Amino acid sequence: MSETATGRGWAAQDVRRELHSELLEINMGPQHPATHGVLRLLVRTDGEIVHGVTAHIGYLHRCAEKIAEGCDWRQWMVYTDRFDYLAPINMNFGYAVAVERMLGVQVPERAEHIRVICAELQRIASHLIAIGTFGLDMGAWTPLLYCFREREEILNILERLSGGRMLYNYFDIGGLRFDAYDGFERDVLAFVNIMEQKIPEYDTLLSYNKIFIERTADVGVIDLATCLAYGCTGPVLRGAGVPFDCRKDDPYSIYDRFEFDIPYGEGEQGTVGDCWDRYMVRMREMYESCRIIRQAVDALPGGPVKAEDLKKLVKVPQGSLYTRTESSKGEIGFHIFADGGSKPFRTKVRSPSFSNLHVIEKVGPGMMLSDLVATVGSLDIVLGEIDR
Amino acid sequence: MQVMTDLFARIFGDGLSPVGLLVAGGLTMALIMALVMASCAIVFTWAERKVAGFIQSRYGPMRVGRWHGVLQPVADMVKILGKEDIVPRDADKPLFLLAPFVIFIGSLMAWAAIPFAPGFIAADLDLGLFYIFAVSSAATIGILMAGWASNNKWSLYGAARGAAQAVSYEIPLALACIPVVMITGSLNMNDIVVAQQGGIWRWHFLHDPFLFVAFLLYFVASIAEVNRGPFDLPETESELVAGYHTEYTGMRFAFFFLAEYANLFLVSCVATAVFLGGWQPLFGPVFLPGLVFVIKAVLLVLLQMWLRWTLPRLRVDQLMHVCWKVMVPLALVCVLGAGIWMLATGQAG
Repeated sequence: MSETATGRGWAAQDVRRELHSELLEINMGPQHPATHGVLRLLVRTDGEIVHGVTAHIGYLHRCAEKIAEGCDWRQWMVYTDRFDYLAPINMNFGYAVAVERMLGVQVPERAEHIRVICAELQRIASHLIAIGTFGLDMGAWTPLLYCFREREEILNILERLSGGRMLYNYFDIGGLRFDAYDGFERDVLAFVNIMEQKIPEYDTLLSYNKIFIERTADVGVIDLATCLAYGCTGPVLRGAGVPFDCRKDDPYSIYDRFEFDIPYGEGEQGTVGDCWDRYMVRMREMYESCRIIRQAVDALPGGPVKAEDLKKLVKVPQGSLYTRTESSKGEIGFHIFADGGSKPFRTKVRSPSFSNLHVIEKVGPGMMLSDLVATVGSLDIVLGEIDR
Repeated sequence: MQVMTDLFARIFGDGLSPVGLLVAGGLTMALIMALVMASCAIVFTWAERKVAGFIQSRYGPMRVGRWHGVLQPVADMVKILGKEDIVPRDADKPLFLLAPFVIFIGSLMAWAAIPFAPGFIAADLDLGLFYIFAVSSAATIGILMAGWASNNKWSLYGAARGAAQAVSYEIPLALACIPVVMITGSLNMNDIVVAQQGGIWRWHFLHDPFLFVAFLLYFVASIAEVNRGPFDLPETESELVAGYHTEYTGMRFAFFFLAEYANLFLVSCVATAVFLGGWQPLFGPVFLPGLVFVIKAVLLVLLQMWLRWTLPRLRVDQLMHVCWKVMVPLALVCVLGAGIWMLATGQAG
């Protein structure tokens, strides 16, 4: 730039200094439509390119683990509901299994079957939300409404079963709070029949849509090494091509009796471990859940739903145990320390979303802003479970 | 406008001078156009909700106005008028206050050259088509003003995307119309419509294969031009909160909304006039020309709504890729192809 051109006698290096550039720091959240709750992502961007992401969590911290130390063993069940409020039954299941293992109590057959049916229904409900909101992150509104339509049926069943539509508190240590209503099996089978027909509908509307594939394939690739380093589990790990599922690899309850496959990412549309793979793992898991539900309903026996030899006030023998179960988001683990009293001495919850979320700090830099939204969406995080 | 001046001449006889006739006719026409614009915003917000509801297996508005919530837009307008007009503390106040009107006026001015019926055109300009593209791009300035003045990073993102998108997609939009101009030899909107007289086979989009492709190009580019799904990047609610109008409230926000739906109808009207025969019916003599024109345009609007509620959104680089590497070359091929076709069929004069 010559002196006459600027008219102010600036030399070229002055102009360059004048036009200094820096990264734009921008808060995505806590009030932002794409952060799936009260998550705050501090994003450093250069135009549309993301240079760094930091996840700030804790907006939903409710001291659930500390509260456990003041509750007796049965009472804390109600707090586990509030971890993953999109899949409370799966949280209940994890805690119930953990305490029952420490007690060495045998859960009645009927209760086990109803538990599995509920947990799989809940997994479908949770995946429906994951898929619907992921579509919404891509700008596709309609799949969300379709997903909610099917989820409504699940909520109706669970409402008739437990009285709640969001937080059920239906599982109890040693069984269930009360037996299933008459016609429960019929309702469940009717739903499964509908659900299996609806999945191809989602596939045509969203999964194999050209724009959707363009937006998700090869985007936010999380490979196996990253998964291991960050402790990712659930659909994130399976999306990276590892068919690991606690239901199969570390069976709890009666999952070892059912026949089902573990879907995993194969890089069908792009790289293994991209957003599309994680999305598709959830889609296929809904099929598998339907298969499990069918088998469980067929085998549903009669009998009690509570372990009879358990007192009202449970006392867990001294010791510590880590128990993991497969929630819809991944491996939910309860590490419980008991001192022989009627209250837990210490509980530590290993929440899958917590580990899954922080991967974005690794995979985030270098992608575009829209891809960051897609990646966060594909991780399917629930802040209630991250912050507890 | 001819219709209006004739009407006034008949009513007042010799009571009005030619200048008076011109002023009266012009004012009435401007009023009608403003009303058309306002009413299309009202009708289309309702229609959009109903279309979305229909697609998403729900009802949409059902309460206000007894029958299928027909008065919902009125209720919304009343509500939005009662909202506080908030200007962020650190906003660039004059720009912030002005931006909605710049966008609105850009789209209002373009209405002047839309031929709804024979003689029913506010300004029968010889450069009508050119004029429409020229003034409607003023909205880009409004988007930039709104995004910059809000002093909000998300708004700025929305504005940058919006400006880049509008500037890029204007090119295929205008290029797609060039073959039509070559055939009719005129930029006058009236002439373009009159050239399509004589049934659907005379409409420009069926004139030759290149024009059919040009019509599709125009349609896609027009969706991008009015910032609607699947090209609604400037206001991607899942990424940019609400894009350039994040900080706007009340009536100013309503102006953005109004302009969006007015633009939606505008690009459909242009498509109708340029490619779909304007007021010409499918066959037979001209019959209720205004109604025929509006029906065609509304069908195009419904098609755009259908696409919006079905498709996911593109990413910003994919959007630019589609524009510069696919649509612009294709539009140029259409221009060339249409020229060769004219030479081959002996239409070139």
